[in-house]
Amino acid sequence: MADRVVAETPQPAKPPPGSLLAAWDRVAPATVPFFAVFTALLIGAGIIRFAGASPLVAYRALWEGSFGTPAALANTLVKSTPYIIAGLAVALGFKAGLFNIGAEGQLYAGGVLAVLVGFHPAFAGLPPLLHVPLAVLAGALGGMIWGAIPGILKARTGAHEVINTIMMNFIAIRLTDWLIKSKDPLILLDPSASTPRTPYIAPSAALPRLLDTPLHAGLVLALVLVLGVRWLLYRTTVGFELRTVGANPNAARYAGMNVSRTIVLAMALSGALAGMAGAGEVLGGQGYLSPDFFAGIGFDSIAVALLARSSPVGMIPAGILWGALLNGAGLMQIRADLSIDLIKIVQALIIMFVAADQIVRWLYRIRVAPPTEEAVFSRGWGR
Amino acid sequence: MSAHVPPALEVRGITKRFPGVLANDHVSFTLRQGEIHALLGENGAGKTTLMNIIYGLYRPDEGDIYVRGRRVEIHSPNDAIRLGIGMVHQHFMLVPTLTVTENIVLGHEVTRGPLLDRRHARERIQELSRQYGLLVDPDAYVQDISVGHQQRVEIVKALYRQADILILDEPTSVLTPQEAEDLFAVMRSLTAQGKSIIFITHKLKEVLAVADRISVLRAGRLVGTTTPAETDEATLAAMMVGREVVLRVEKAPAQPGEEVLRVEGLRVLDDRGLPAVNGVSLTVRAGEVLGIAGVQGNGQTELVEALTGLRRPESGRILINGRDVTGRPPRLITEAGTAHVPEDRQRDGMVAAYTVADNLVLNTYYKPPFARGLVRDEAQVAQFGRRLVREFDIRTPSIYAQARTLSGGNQQKMIVAREFSRPISLLIASQPTRGIDVGAIEFIHQHIVRLRDQGVAVLLVSAELDEVMALSDRIAVMYRGELIAEMPAEEATREQLGLLMAGVQREEELVHKMGVTSAHAEGENG
Repeated sequence: MADRVVAETPQPAKPPPGSLLAAWDRVAPATVPFFAVFTALLIGAGIIRFAGASPLVAYRALWEGSFGTPAALANTLVKSTPYIIAGLAVALGFKAGLFNIGAEGQLYAGGVLAVLVGFHPAFAGLPPLLHVPLAVLAGALGGMIWGAIPGILKARTGAHEVINTIMMNFIAIRLTDWLIKSKDPLILLDPSASTPRTPYIAPSAALPRLLDTPLHAGLVLALVLVLGVRWLLYRTTVGFELRTVGANPNAARYAGMNVSRTIVLAMALSGALAGMAGAGEVLGGQGYLSPDFFAGIGFDSIAVALLARSSPVGMIPAGILWGALLNGAGLMQIRADLSIDLIKIVQALIIMFVAADQIVRWLYRIRVAPPTEEAVFSRGWGR
Repeated sequence: MSAHVPPALEVRGITKRFPGVLANDHVSFTLRQGEIHALLGENGAGKTTLMNIIYGLYRPDEGDIYVRGRRVEIHSPNDAIRLGIGMVHQHFMLVPTLTVTENIVLGHEVTRGPLLDRRHARERIQELSRQYGLLVDPDAYVQDISVGHQQRVEIVKALYRQADILILDEPTSVLTPQEAEDLFAVMRSLTAQGKSIIFITHKLKEVLAVADRISVLRAGRLVGTTTPAETDEATLAAMMVGREVVLRVEKAPAQPGEEVLRVEGLRVLDDRGLPAVNGVSLTVRAGEVLGIAGVQGNGQTELVEALTGLRRPESGRILINGRDVTGRPPRLITEAGTAHVPEDRQRDGMVAAYTVADNLVLNTYYKPPFARGLVRDEAQVAQFGRRLVREFDIRTPSIYAQARTLSGGNQQKMIVAREFSRPISLLIASQPTRGIDVGAIEFIHQHIVRLRDQGVAVLLVSAELDEVMALSDRIAVMYRGELIAEMPAEEATREQLGLLMAGVQREEELVHKMGVTSAHAEGENG
């Protein structure tokens, strides 16, 4: 029945690239996320009011704290960077029809290898031009291994990636904890530190700062990866295979694609991206790794990927919004005397409205768009 | 029919627009009390849109609906059901893990306190079953019963909800010829007892066999209403398509050449691990069409999947141009010069969310000129897409339209265009014209014959006897995983093939077999 309705319901064609309509097509997918954010902020305002503060004061502080000054803007961008990269990781999985909930674990796996290459004496004395890329690649390798394992399990045995990426998260987080805290054998712990953490990375492994601000080259890495993932997905045969497996695995098999190999590849690439997000944080921020270092960045990146509707370029505004909310929350707390947790509520509302896009469409009378490849992320549940 | 009885259902001036398309253009038609009214039309003609409007799934932009002479507003299927309108969808809406009774009462449960009154429901169902000759087993689980049985369950479900007007959407597309006959008997029994039926189909023979009146829709408009006595297949086809249609396929005698496909003792298991293909051997030569007739579910699907590399055979050998490709992956078999038109086009043959252009390179995307190394060449893909859309007359607003927006016939043309436009020596076509309109069928048949004449070996698997007979040079019949007979096409008759499809061998063998069977049975009893 359903497919017959579709078959007899012609929908507007995709206009040729370059036309005005094509430009609108590019913007249109952003309408729901935009209104989701707007609605979440509106409800947030109600909660602020209820908590006895002024929404106007609070939101002004939020704005100033995130974008108000060059320093605030720089900090927002720094905070946004891992969300952009890890969001790309999750989105790449979505495109292949895989729900990678394991970005968190992959961040840790990447962080561990990156910090190891960063501080280990074996790599001391390398010029930054070599040491930095080596450490970033080590991070990618760590994440790649962590992502490939559930990918292989899925391809070989059909074990669902949602379960196994969650399990891999537990293993990565606890393993990192032990690697850092263990005194006998001493593995990653810096014995001279007052709280458990790894030694500092060598200066030659640190991501270079930009413009004498907290901004570091991680942001450049993020932008390069955005363009790289977009290129991979839409301009290469590998991306075509990945998207075909995500959109219709039966047709992929029929067309001679190796579905198992594509699943493993997608999970490995997704993990590698998350691993680079972890490496970026370690090498561009504090310069060490500690237990709970990533504190949920990997989980929030799922939200960022949803907000961006898995669009690589969309990951930039989505990631920056996430970073801005976190970065502005501090000033909002001071000015309006509100708990910083309010931001978590607003973030949760945003995701709920993006997920329940029917509500947003109904509220703002947005027409239903024809289903696209992106709409597949929840498919495969319980299959 | 008495003139005083108001029509069971009447629609007047129904218009429904979708972006860019007029799906129904001032359609008026009347369903008389107690008649079977066939609604005929190509895919995309607006049949389903009209039925969805009557069933409350869409709201019309203009026009009125009258049920038993009274003007009604139908906002939802619940409204339709309340008005006594029942719909049996092409794809059944049954829960496989529930019993027949549970499926029928679903949503209209008779309860005693908090409990389901199963006994009462069961009795009602048996009563309906007897009254209309609809054989259903109330206690069977839906997952265990045949497709024909499931369809009867759907009809009983509608009757259980006190439907007087039944809409049957392509009901015979899943049935064997015998089951279709049974369905027609049920339909006649229903109308004899006062029900009215709208019968949606594209099969001309059935319409002529069972309908009291026939209405034809074309491009959203009602072309006309007629009766079986006043018309014939050719006239109906012309009404549907808007021009004369060649119902017979013109072809010269085959000139078979080298052996292209050779299958020896092939055994294949189905998804449940049960034997589906039991020792099939066959050969197809260049320049000939071997047609495999058979009722669906006799192992044809598994046979084709094994031949195309989608399913690993248990034993046996498959050779293409002398090369052993048994158990090799689909890509290798494709590259060995095989084209495959899959049975389920939406599941296997296309990516609905992709553009027409991307679908046209679905299995050649990695080769020059569509890719250089790992990088795709979009310009080449687009150019190729435009060429095929033109050559194969694929009706699409643009090569960038999503494949899902095309009608079934055009989706199939897209798949055929892709498979037929590369150099091939073997074509494996499975149900190549299922569920598509007459115009597209004609087109695809002509292309299959053209390939044959160019020296391609064609293996055609179809449940449509007419199709097998029209296209094949040799015909084999598949029954329970075996090829039980093979004959030159000119020697085959409908009756004979029909019997073979039902598992009955040639007459002399039949007598022999019956003797064996009874002796066997006696032996078992003794």
